[in-house]
Amino acid sequence: MKIFRWLGLAALALTVGSNAQAANIKIGVVLPFSGPNADLGHQIDKAFDLYVKMHAKDIAPHKVTIIKRDEGPPTGAVAKTVTTELITNDKVQLLTGYVFSPSAIALAPVINKAKVPMVIANAGTAWITNLSPYYVRLSFSMWHPAYPMGAYAHDKLGCKTAAVAYTDFPPGKDSVLAFKTGFEKAGGKVTLSIPMGPPTQVPDFTPFMQRIKDAHPDCLYGFIPSGAHATGLMKAYGEVGLKKAGVKLIGPMDLIPDNKLQDMGDAAIGTIVMGHYAADLDNAANKMFKAEWHKSYGAGSNPDFMSAAGWDTMHAIFDAIKKLNGNLSDPNKVVAALKGWSTNGPRGHVMIDPKTRDIVQDEHAMEVYRKPDGKLGERILGTTKAVHDECKILKVGRCK
Amino acid sequence: MSHVATIVVSILFDGLAYAMFLFITSVGLSVTMGLMGFVNLAHGAFAMCGGFFVVTLTRSLGVAFVPSLVIASVAVGVISVPFERYLYRRLYKSTDLEQVLLTIGLAFMSIATFTYFYGPIPKSVPLPDWLKGDVNLGFRAFPSYRAFLIVLGVALIAVLWYAFEKTNIGAKIRAAVDNRRMAESVGINVDLLFTLTFAVGSGLAALGGALAIQLFGLTPSFAVLYLVLFLIVVAVGGLGSLKGTLLAALVIGIIDTGGKYAFPVAGNLFIYAITVIVLLIKPAGFYGRE
Repeated sequence: MKIFRWLGLAALALTVGSNAQAANIKIGVVLPFSGPNADLGHQIDKAFDLYVKMHAKDIAPHKVTIIKRDEGPPTGAVAKTVTTELITNDKVQLLTGYVFSPSAIALAPVINKAKVPMVIANAGTAWITNLSPYYVRLSFSMWHPAYPMGAYAHDKLGCKTAAVAYTDFPPGKDSVLAFKTGFEKAGGKVTLSIPMGPPTQVPDFTPFMQRIKDAHPDCLYGFIPSGAHATGLMKAYGEVGLKKAGVKLIGPMDLIPDNKLQDMGDAAIGTIVMGHYAADLDNAANKMFKAEWHKSYGAGSNPDFMSAAGWDTMHAIFDAIKKLNGNLSDPNKVVAALKGWSTNGPRGHVMIDPKTRDIVQDEHAMEVYRKPDGKLGERILGTTKAVHDECKILKVGRCK
Repeated sequence: MSHVATIVVSILFDGLAYAMFLFITSVGLSVTMGLMGFVNLAHGAFAMCGGFFVVTLTRSLGVAFVPSLVIASVAVGVISVPFERYLYRRLYKSTDLEQVLLTIGLAFMSIATFTYFYGPIPKSVPLPDWLKGDVNLGFRAFPSYRAFLIVLGVALIAVLWYAFEKTNIGAKIRAAVDNRRMAESVGINVDLLFTLTFAVGSGLAALGGALAIQLFGLTPSFAVLYLVLFLIVVAVGGLGSLKGTLLAALVIGIIDTGGKYAFPVAGNLFIYAITVIVLLIKPAGFYGRE
């Protein structure tokens, strides 16, 4: 036993000693690897791995060591435990991942105390970035797609009335509030609001859809976590005959994750989503990203909007390492290095707003259609350039 | 028909379809728990396994949906036998805790195994055209798949009721549930009987799991995700009672559906409220032995 301890000390001494030239930066990655939302974790994890594999040489002589932990269910409890462990036991210098908003919300006191920068790769509740000066978000706020969708639905899609239906947890409420704010500002009216149970379990969506069918709004704005819920909602939407009744399904892109779209069938055709990424997005970075993805993970695996954000997240982290020459000891400097960062990634041009530490990106209105080869695809109907998080601009609720 | 009556019929219809799914999936659990007092938390794993069998049969091997249901149920029923013979059997005399540890462990192992082969992305199955549309009853159109669930459920209830109440084996099972030692002493081979009911119960769970794909989508975590729901049905119905499981499935299915329609804000409150109220009044469930 003793000899191991000595070896450990020697190793530690070596790392510390060599710190000046070549740093080994420990990054904690916390993503859901188990449960019904495990595929969300894998979509981001694959993007992380791919970026690290392709760009490890860019930060030489420095190295990164990635330590992965399971985020668990969307309650925040497991995420808090494993993150605290990563900080205190593994001594990570930076944290990233975090699919679920409850995780990021629960972690704010820990991060504020430990002062470890956390680069959020998904969790989208708007006010999360206000909880800690060490939070930087590369993905989106619920308001990014939902707020412009409000005006778009009223002005372009002819929705005068809308029902909103959402999974009953912070990002769901946030998304619906953002849509409602934009929609009613444009002159529309939300006639029905239906919470559809917790995110931990896919419910039987039929009764909710029946209720909406009976209320007969022009449009249904839906929010569900992008995992197994998406398929369930689309099935119930088709089965209950809402589409036949003329209720148009609209929402953020979580409704039609690229890796589940083909399974959704005819019910999905005509669904209009607002989002910042589609597999068919036409830009050089996306073409390269997709080609590399297929090379590494096979033709059957497809990146989605979470993977695109994951790719940009690791890109931003690597750029910060380069900028700081591998010295991540001062968390304030790390956050400062990330502020104002911009790139042309798979999503197009993105930037981190230095004031809010949140992303600025283009939002596209996209319609699901059947492509000539028989598969389902998304075509872009219109683009809003450089969208900021409107929640923080309008200072709604906890976004103050 | 008036607006309110239409809504009530609609809730009853959707609730009935949901209840049939609950009944088919839970009945095996109820009988095995009643018969052996064995806490089988791997029941959901057999259901999930049935679902993935149907996915492979329909999507990779091109078998039609309905025959796949039959094949998957029989296959899972057969597969469950060695589990019962070589694993479960060792723990019949053990404490509840040991049984729970074994079976929840099996459930987690099954999740890992199926995730390895199928991945965590939800799967769906191609339905035949006659299950895709809806049945129009004049005042309202109902999804064909839900109608299919109800017809299948009613048919299964009839078969199970006949087997349970009118056949020799059914009489033996009832005798063994009521008083196992007495049944054994009059020469009933309870061990063999248990293997049989376990296989049938697991086969029905597999059928339930396969039918659930269209309702929830199928991921490996189905094995534990809906287990609480099945356990609630069993507890509210009373261990080992066919009638009880049916009544509990109907009550929970219909009230949950109605609650979601009328008071979506209440979430899962209705299911838990029913459970608490029923168990306060009848701690052993509707038809359980006190």
